[in-house]
Amino acid sequence: MPIGHYLFLSLALFLIGAIGVITRRNVLIVLMSIELILNAVNINLVAFSRYFGDVAGQVFALFIIAAAAAEAAVGLGIIIAFFRNRETVLADEMDLLKW
Amino acid sequence: MNATGYFLSHLWLIPLFPLISSAVMFFFGRRLSKEAVNLFCVGSVFLSFLHALGAVLKLFALPVSQRVYQQILFPWVTPGAMPTATGMVNFVADWGYLLDPLSCVMVIVVTFVGFLIHVYSIGYMAHEGGYYRFFGYLNLFMFSMLTLVLANNLLLLFVGWEGVGLCSYLLIGFYFLKKSAADAGKKAFIVNRIGDAGFLLGLLLVAATFGTVRFTSQGLPDPDAFSGILQTLGGMVAQHQIVYGASVFTAIALLLFVGAAGNSAQIPLYVWLPDAMEGPIPVSALIHGTAMVVAGVYMVARMSAIYQLAPVAMDVVAVVGAATAIFAATLAVVQTDIKKVLAYSTISQLGYMFLALGVGAFAAGVFHLMTHAFFKALLFLGAGSVIHSLSGEQDIRKMGGLRYTIPATSVPFLFATLAITGVPGLSGFFSKNEILGHIFNRHQMMDRYLVLWVVGIFTAGLTAFYMFRLLFETFYGMSRVSIALEGHIHESRKTMTVPLMILAFFSIVSGWLALPILWGEESPFERFLEPSLRGSIAFGRHTLFAEYSLMAASVAFVAVGWWLAYKLYLDSPKLHTKLAESWPRLHNLLIHKYYVDEIYDALFVNRIKDLSTALGFFDSKVVDGLGVDGAGWLVRRFSRISIWWDKWVVDAVVNLLGRFPKFLSMPMRMFQTGVFSTYAVFILIGLAVLLGYYGHHVQIFVRTLH
Repeated sequence: MPIGHYLFLSLALFLIGAIGVITRRNVLIVLMSIELILNAVNINLVAFSRYFGDVAGQVFALFIIAAAAAEAAVGLGIIIAFFRNRETVLADEMDLLKW
Repeated sequence: MNATGYFLSHLWLIPLFPLISSAVMFFFGRRLSKEAVNLFCVGSVFLSFLHALGAVLKLFALPVSQRVYQQILFPWVTPGAMPTATGMVNFVADWGYLLDPLSCVMVIVVTFVGFLIHVYSIGYMAHEGGYYRFFGYLNLFMFSMLTLVLANNLLLLFVGWEGVGLCSYLLIGFYFLKKSAADAGKKAFIVNRIGDAGFLLGLLLVAATFGTVRFTSQGLPDPDAFSGILQTLGGMVAQHQIVYGASVFTAIALLLFVGAAGNSAQIPLYVWLPDAMEGPIPVSALIHGTAMVVAGVYMVARMSAIYQLAPVAMDVVAVVGAATAIFAATLAVVQTDIKKVLAYSTISQLGYMFLALGVGAFAAGVFHLMTHAFFKALLFLGAGSVIHSLSGEQDIRKMGGLRYTIPATSVPFLFATLAITGVPGLSGFFSKNEILGHIFNRHQMMDRYLVLWVVGIFTAGLTAFYMFRLLFETFYGMSRVSIALEGHIHESRKTMTVPLMILAFFSIVSGWLALPILWGEESPFERFLEPSLRGSIAFGRHTLFAEYSLMAASVAFVAVGWWLAYKLYLDSPKLHTKLAESWPRLHNLLIHKYYVDEIYDALFVNRIKDLSTALGFFDSKVVDGLGVDGAGWLVRRFSRISIWWDKWVVDAVVNLLGRFPKFLSMPMRMFQTGVFSTYAVFILIGLAVLLGYYGHHVQIFVRTLH
């Protein structure tokens, strides 16, 4: 299977995730989009690992999964803490740092 | 100077003693006891008297032609070169003292009578407040007067002149809480000042004409180094630079006489003297009887050399003197206050003195000054003793019969009355007749002087009338003293009555200096004064018969005056009231002093008050309005500009400085949305840029894949 197909898939997932991060109001959805981006990168890494026969790619993907999990936990923790304070999960209502 | 001994070389001590005690009173007087004040003040005058006596005796010992002693303490006013009528002169006015026969007479009179009055004041002022202040002022007066009589130049004389005017003001207004007294003090000073203006002009004219104000350069250790008026005058006359009757002499003489008229209460500047009776009795006696008022006479006598070269001025002096004499005498006739009678009497007698000076009888005028000093001081002090005995009563209508209760006062007073009226044998007789005789003499040279003689002799009659009226009303007849005071009538203390007796003695005796005229010789007094009054117009001595006839004439007038007073006041007590009622308009005119004060008020005083009101109006409306308020308005106007500038220029710069970072930071600020999505966009944009920048490596790599 030509690697291009995997790369295209990873790109498409990345873009969907990126657009989700940019566009979505609900920060939980943003968090999920971030996971989507990370997983897109994973697919990219594994594709290249399969193509070049180097297992380093897959190992790196495992690291990324672990980091993503930890980061998702922390992210959720932040969102919950923020929700406790501000009663909102909508990004455009989180504008304390606005000038 | 060593040859002249202690008293002459220490001439400067004579004015110094009272100055020192006056200064002590000024600084410490409040804390001193009455005895200490007495010791200082009366003691200093006594010391002055002793020194004066010593100096005069020393001068007597010198030969007649050398009886002038001068000492210069220091050159006082040295403005340098000055243009005068005779060219450029190095003008110097020094602080120096002169003792010659004329100032001998003056200094003895002033210190002796002054001393007696000080002793009297111990008793008189004992119950008054401000004891030390009184003596301080009185001593300051003695200092000024002694400076005046001992000065060796016109400028120093003027210093004393002003000083006596000041002390007169201070002492007249001694009871300053009483409005009439304060007003009287002001009046005296202001009228005096008018005279002083004339005096100052005369002084300046003297300086400009002669280049010096020193009286004479004789008597100094080095006469040629100094200039004197007398010497310069002699030089000018000898070189025919100035002639007899020149207008400059008339101007000088008249201007100086204006000053004398102010100080010595002649028409028209006499109005202050009756009001000056508000002051305590010793003040009236010393200042307004004996000393200050005779300063004018002394000054004219001192400047006799100039006066003799200005016949017009002499005539003016004589006429004013005669007019004043009779004018004041008519007013004394109706006065009911014992002090006011004596005040008008003083004005009248001063008129006599100026009359004498005006006809050229300078020595006779000074003689009358001396005798007058004694009996006028006695009259005032006696009046004070009466007032003191009656616990403050001054109205003669409420007196009477006092010679039985206070003989120690009434007997000296009687002698003084006899002296002033010119009863033969006493001092006034001699001095008055000297004057009248000289006038009559002059009349023989020029007919118009007869008028003056007639005025003089008529005034003598009036003097007799009002003085005997005063005597009778106060001391004789039935007692009209109010019941309340009747029981308290007491004789005054010895410190008051002893000076009276001493003055009475001199009132009798001092005229005997002129005794030799009774047998046709020149009066020794006049001979004594000759060196000072050099060049006095020579009089032909009239015959002995003429002398005796003149004396008889004056005695006749005196007798008529006495008889009238007796008839109107003593014989039938109410006769004078009936007389007053039958000529009410004349009586009114006299009571109101010819309305002179009212005329002066309307002509001058109120006009000046109007001027000051106008100026005050100008000050408040124009100066305060335009100037002050206007300045304030201008400032407010300018402050508006200032405000605008501050707001729109200065603050604008400040604001600009503030807005500039804000402006610069605006783009940056836009990035801080606080919204996560925006930050995410920037991350992705940054990623895209990075990829684009380093992306060519990826391109190469992707190409190798296929």
